[in-house]
Amino acid sequence: MEINCETIKHLAELSNFSLSEAETERLGGDLENIIKYISQLDELNTDNVEPTYQVFEMENVWREDEILEQDATREELLALTKEAEDHQIKVPKVL
Amino acid sequence: MKVANKTVTATRLVKDALTKAKALSEYHIFTFLNEEGALKKAAEIDARIARGEEVGRLAGVPYALKDNFMSPEGETTASAHILEGTVSPITATAVEKLEAEGAIMIGRTNLDAFAHGSSTENSYFGPTLNAYDKTRVAGGSSGGSAVAVALDIVEFATGTDTGGSIRQPASFNGVYGLKPTFGTISRYGVVAMASSLDCIGFFTKTPEDMELLMSIANGQDPKDMTSLPDYYNTSETRPVKRIGVIKDFDNEAVDSDIRGALVEKVELLKSKGYEIVELEMPSLKYALAVYYIIQPAEVASNLSRYDGIRYGFRSEKSAELGELYSNTRNEGFMAENKRRIMIGNFVLSSGFYDAYFLKAAKARTLIIEEYAKAFEKCDFILTPVSPNPAFRLGEKVDDPVAMYLEDLMSVSLNLAGVPGLAIPAGKNAAGLPIGLQLVGPRRSDKALVEFSKELL
Repeated sequence: MEINCETIKHLAELSNFSLSEAETERLGGDLENIIKYISQLDELNTDNVEPTYQVFEMENVWREDEILEQDATREELLALTKEAEDHQIKVPKVL
Repeated sequence: MKVANKTVTATRLVKDALTKAKALSEYHIFTFLNEEGALKKAAEIDARIARGEEVGRLAGVPYALKDNFMSPEGETTASAHILEGTVSPITATAVEKLEAEGAIMIGRTNLDAFAHGSSTENSYFGPTLNAYDKTRVAGGSSGGSAVAVALDIVEFATGTDTGGSIRQPASFNGVYGLKPTFGTISRYGVVAMASSLDCIGFFTKTPEDMELLMSIANGQDPKDMTSLPDYYNTSETRPVKRIGVIKDFDNEAVDSDIRGALVEKVELLKSKGYEIVELEMPSLKYALAVYYIIQPAEVASNLSRYDGIRYGFRSEKSAELGELYSNTRNEGFMAENKRRIMIGNFVLSSGFYDAYFLKAAKARTLIIEEYAKAFEKCDFILTPVSPNPAFRLGEKVDDPVAMYLEDLMSVSLNLAGVPGLAIPAGKNAAGLPIGLQLVGPRRSDKALVEFSKELL
C-alpha cells in the first residue's frame, strides 16, 4: 500500500512527534518499504487460527493485596525530574 | 572464570579489567566506566576474604552491564538521548542476584538506543566496533556487551534479547550468548522494549560459565509477574538423540561459509552417533514479518511513557505542555525508534488492526505450533544465527529492511518463547567469527547449554 504524506502526519500525531518536513519525507519512504515487507503476511492462511498475544506459561499469579516496601522514595523519584516544587513536578502552561 | 581468593585479589581482577577497558577505548564498548564503585566493592570483597568469610560464587568477577539495566551506579540511558541524565534509584533484580554472589560491574555497555537495531549503530553515543575487524559492526543490539567479552575485558556480560540482540552480536564476535526461555530471568529494572518478547541473558566465553550464571540469575521474582519459578536448577538433563536441521534455511540467502559451518557440525554430530532429522517449517519464513508487526506494536506502547516530565531529557524550547511532549519525543528519539513507534501505531490503528496486528498474532500461533511439532521429531535444532557474518559499518544503517533481515533466523524463538544458544563455530577466510544457534523446547535451557559441549 502507498503511504502518503497525510498518513505519515497522522502517525506522527499518534506517536506525538513534531516531525520536520524533511523527516516526514524520509520516514515516509522508510515506512512504505517496511509496510511492503510486513504485508507479505497476506499470503499466509490464518483461517480458524486463534491469535497468541503472550507466551508466558502461567495464569493468574495471585499475591496478597498489601502494600509492599518500595525500592525508591518519593524524594528520589522527584529528584529525577527537571523542576519540582512542594512535591509537585513543574511543567509549562497547559493551555 | 577467575574468582577472587587470597592470592588473586578482587582488586587485582577489577584493576586489570579497568586497564584493559581503557586501553581498548577505540572500540567504544562502554558508555560508563564504574571505576570508583567497582574498586570500592573489590576492596570490600578482599576484606571479607581476608577475614575468612563466604564471598559467593562470583566473588570479585568483573562483568559488563548492558546499559538498559537499572542500578544507581552510573546513568541508565539505554544509549538513548531521551534517557540522558537518568541515574536510577532502583536496581534490576538480575543485577542484585549477580552482585549478591560477589560479581562487580566495571562498566555499562553500548547498545542500539532502546535495543532497536542489529548493529549498535543506532546508539546516541555512536557505534561499537567489531572485536575482530574494526571496520565492521559489533552486531546488536547488545554490541558493547559482546565485544567486552570477546576482547577479554570481562568474564561475562549481561544482554537483552527481543529478536536476536544477544545471539547475533555473540555470533559476530565469537562468544556464547544465551536467550533463555521466556520468563526465566526477572525483567524487573530493565528498560522494556517489547514485553511479550523481551528476555534477559548472558555473554560468556564457555558453556560452563553460562551454566553458573543461569543457576544464579533465574527464578521467580515478586516484582515481575512474568517470571517463572526456578526450573533451571531442578531440571534434569535428558538423553539427547536426535538433532533437527531446518531445510527452509538452507538457501542462497544464507552465506556459504555459515552453511558450511553448519554442515561441519552436523557431520561431527553424526560421527558421535546422533541422528539428524530434516525439518520442514514453512511458517518460519513469515516469522520476520510477524515480528516486525508485533514488536513495533509493543514498542509503541512501552515507549509512549517517555515525555520529558518525570525523568530524562526535556526539550527546552516549548511554550506549552503539548509542545513539550512532542518536541521532547522528537528530539529525544533516534530515527529507528521513531520508525518502530510509527509502524507500531500504524499496525494498531483502526482500519489496519485486523490486517496487521491480529493477522500477526494468528501467525504467531502457527509458528508456536510448528516448533511444538518439530520438537516431537527431535530434541534440539541447529541453525545459523544470522544470514551473514559481521557486515561493514554504515552498510545497512540507512536501509531499515536490510537491517531487519539480519534477524531472519533469530526472531522466531522470541515469538515462540523457546530458548536459543549462540555458539562459536569457527571463522571464515577473512577471520570473522561464525556463529550457530542451538534451539530447544521451553524450559530445556540447562540441557541445551550442556549439549553445546558436544559441538566443541
